[in-house]
Amino acid sequence: MIHRRNTLAAALVAGALCLAAAGAHAQSKIKVGLMLPYTGTYAALGTAIENGFRLYVQEQGGKLGGREIEYFRVDDESDPSKAVDNMNKLVKRDNVDVVVGTVHSGVAMAMAKVARDTNTLLVVPNAGAGAVTGAMCAPNIFRSSFSNWQPGYAMGKVAGEKGAKKVVTITWKYAAGDESVEGFREGLKSAGGEVVKELTLPFPNVEFQALLTEIAAAKPDAVYAFFAGGGAVKFVKDYAAAGLNKTIPLYGPGFLTDGTLEAQGAAAQGMLTTLHYADGLDVPKDKAFRAEYLKAYKTAPDVYAVQGYDAAQMLGAGLAAVKGDIAKRPELIAAMEKEKIDSPRGAFTLSKAHNPIQDIYLRKVVGTENRFEGVAVKALADPARGCKM
Amino acid sequence: MDLAVFLVQCLNAVQYGLLLFLVASGLTLIFGILGVINLAHGSFYMIGAYLAYALAPWTAAHLGGGFFTAMAIGLTLSVVFGYLLEWGFVSYLYRREHLQQVLMTYGLILVFEELRSILAGDDVHGVAMPAWLAGSIPLGGVMTYPIYRLFMSGVCVAVALGLYAVIARTRLGMAIRAGASNREMVQALGVDVRLLYRVVFAAGVALAVLAGMLAAPVSSVYPGMGNQVLIISFVVVVIGGIGSIRGALLASLLVAFVDTFGNVLVPQAAGVLVYVLMAMILLWRPEGLFRTG
Repeated sequence: MIHRRNTLAAALVAGALCLAAAGAHAQSKIKVGLMLPYTGTYAALGTAIENGFRLYVQEQGGKLGGREIEYFRVDDESDPSKAVDNMNKLVKRDNVDVVVGTVHSGVAMAMAKVARDTNTLLVVPNAGAGAVTGAMCAPNIFRSSFSNWQPGYAMGKVAGEKGAKKVVTITWKYAAGDESVEGFREGLKSAGGEVVKELTLPFPNVEFQALLTEIAAAKPDAVYAFFAGGGAVKFVKDYAAAGLNKTIPLYGPGFLTDGTLEAQGAAAQGMLTTLHYADGLDVPKDKAFRAEYLKAYKTAPDVYAVQGYDAAQMLGAGLAAVKGDIAKRPELIAAMEKEKIDSPRGAFTLSKAHNPIQDIYLRKVVGTENRFEGVAVKALADPARGCKM
Repeated sequence: MDLAVFLVQCLNAVQYGLLLFLVASGLTLIFGILGVINLAHGSFYMIGAYLAYALAPWTAAHLGGGFFTAMAIGLTLSVVFGYLLEWGFVSYLYRREHLQQVLMTYGLILVFEELRSILAGDDVHGVAMPAWLAGSIPLGGVMTYPIYRLFMSGVCVAVALGLYAVIARTRLGMAIRAGASNREMVQALGVDVRLLYRVVFAAGVALAVLAGMLAAPVSSVYPGMGNQVLIISFVVVVIGGIGSIRGALLASLLVAFVDTFGNVLVPQAAGVLVYVLMAMILLWRPEGLFRTG
């Protein structure tokens, strides 16, 4: 009798434990590591990406694939030398399920390397380094933004179609600039033009006057420039102050004018740039997104917010397919690969190397907006050189 | 390169060199006379640029605008600020090791950057230049040259002459030179060295702030702008000889010429040329071109 009662009690306890465990499983949250710049030059970009990501999660009732999301934030300071340590903090200490980051290409490369070594799921919401979805591509590495090559190629094509035969390029001497110029050169060549001179200066030098004099002396049909942030503002203003904008059109990827138009003022008016996002897009999703974002954060969204939002969409698509069971990695990845992402920029799919195949828009600077002018190249895919997947 | 282009490039170099001088002169003053390695000097340049950005709308609203009004207010503020900073922080550094000076002034950089981020945000902002300086003049059919850049050069030349006059010709200048070479002796002769140092530090800060305010309309204001300037300023100070205003002027022009023509003629090596120049000069004259005191 006593014996039987003990067995019953044990069974009850075991049952209760099972239930408790099941309950814990249902409630356990997906751990999302956000490794973004929260200080320094790119702080505003990091915040926009996080805001976009959180906005999508909120729209889904705070859950992706039926599971709640818990965030772990690390400030990467846009410092490549700290990138491996920062990534390890998320992967090893916090034991996150997925990492989202980052803006700076050098940091993103280090993150991709750790992600490969530890088989961590990584979604890159900005950094355009070609290698992330090129030589370093992997089943567990995704990108929701662009590759440096894409806007460059589109601009080259447009410049060639507008009749530019001889073009001078100018950029900082670093990977992003080189990749962008390479894309431009290929696009221009496909439309019958040629890059006659490549000017570079050390990053992040902003004394452009000597090179502007070189441009003036070379008298090309057009100039293609890749700069960002403060350097972009100064270049566009110096270009106009030297009187070059009156005779030689200045083209660039969207980063030349995005988020910097208030500072560039009159010097940027009428400039043409290419990017995967624009103001005044006729995309219903974009209108809804802009309204929601404005309501949530009291500020207008930018391309970075869109990329953060889409990173969450991509992850959400994967998690929905496996009903929140993130351990089912192959099914999750297959679902992310197949999904057509309903992005504010317009719907896009992913290439084999996990980079968006997307429309690149031609935009024109009007006031403080990069107005949509047309589609420069439809459904442009990065060539993903060096990717063996 | 034909002659017209060459001459324009020379003008570019001179104009860049003079602006470098404006920042470096304050650094060399503080370094040479106070003996303090001031890493925060770049931050003063950044503060100057942000002052120009912040003061322009304010003066327009309350004082009827005016580029020079804003500049005068900015300079006054910077002198007060430099004076207080010396009193509160830098004055404790004179008898300490260089490492401690580096630590404290590096800490100041972090504080200033964070304050900037809180007060002005992380966006890039433009600063309007006065309308009467906004035009350009054609230059030998090659390109047009912004008048504002020539105006900047003019201000830099005026500051260089003024500094020279003060240091070489006035009683204050004499006390400064003497204080740099022997602090105790000058004190024994009845000069208030603490006040003297405070004035020199404030003047150094004012020079950097002036450079930042002048440069703001061309360079725009953005996070981290001070750090870029700091490194090249240190190169100038080291080449010119620590503490020498004359050396700073010559070194600024030298660095600017090497940088300008390096960018054009050997773009592959442009990033290191200035440092090669510094290494060569230090091999030849370890104390820099003009070492005083």
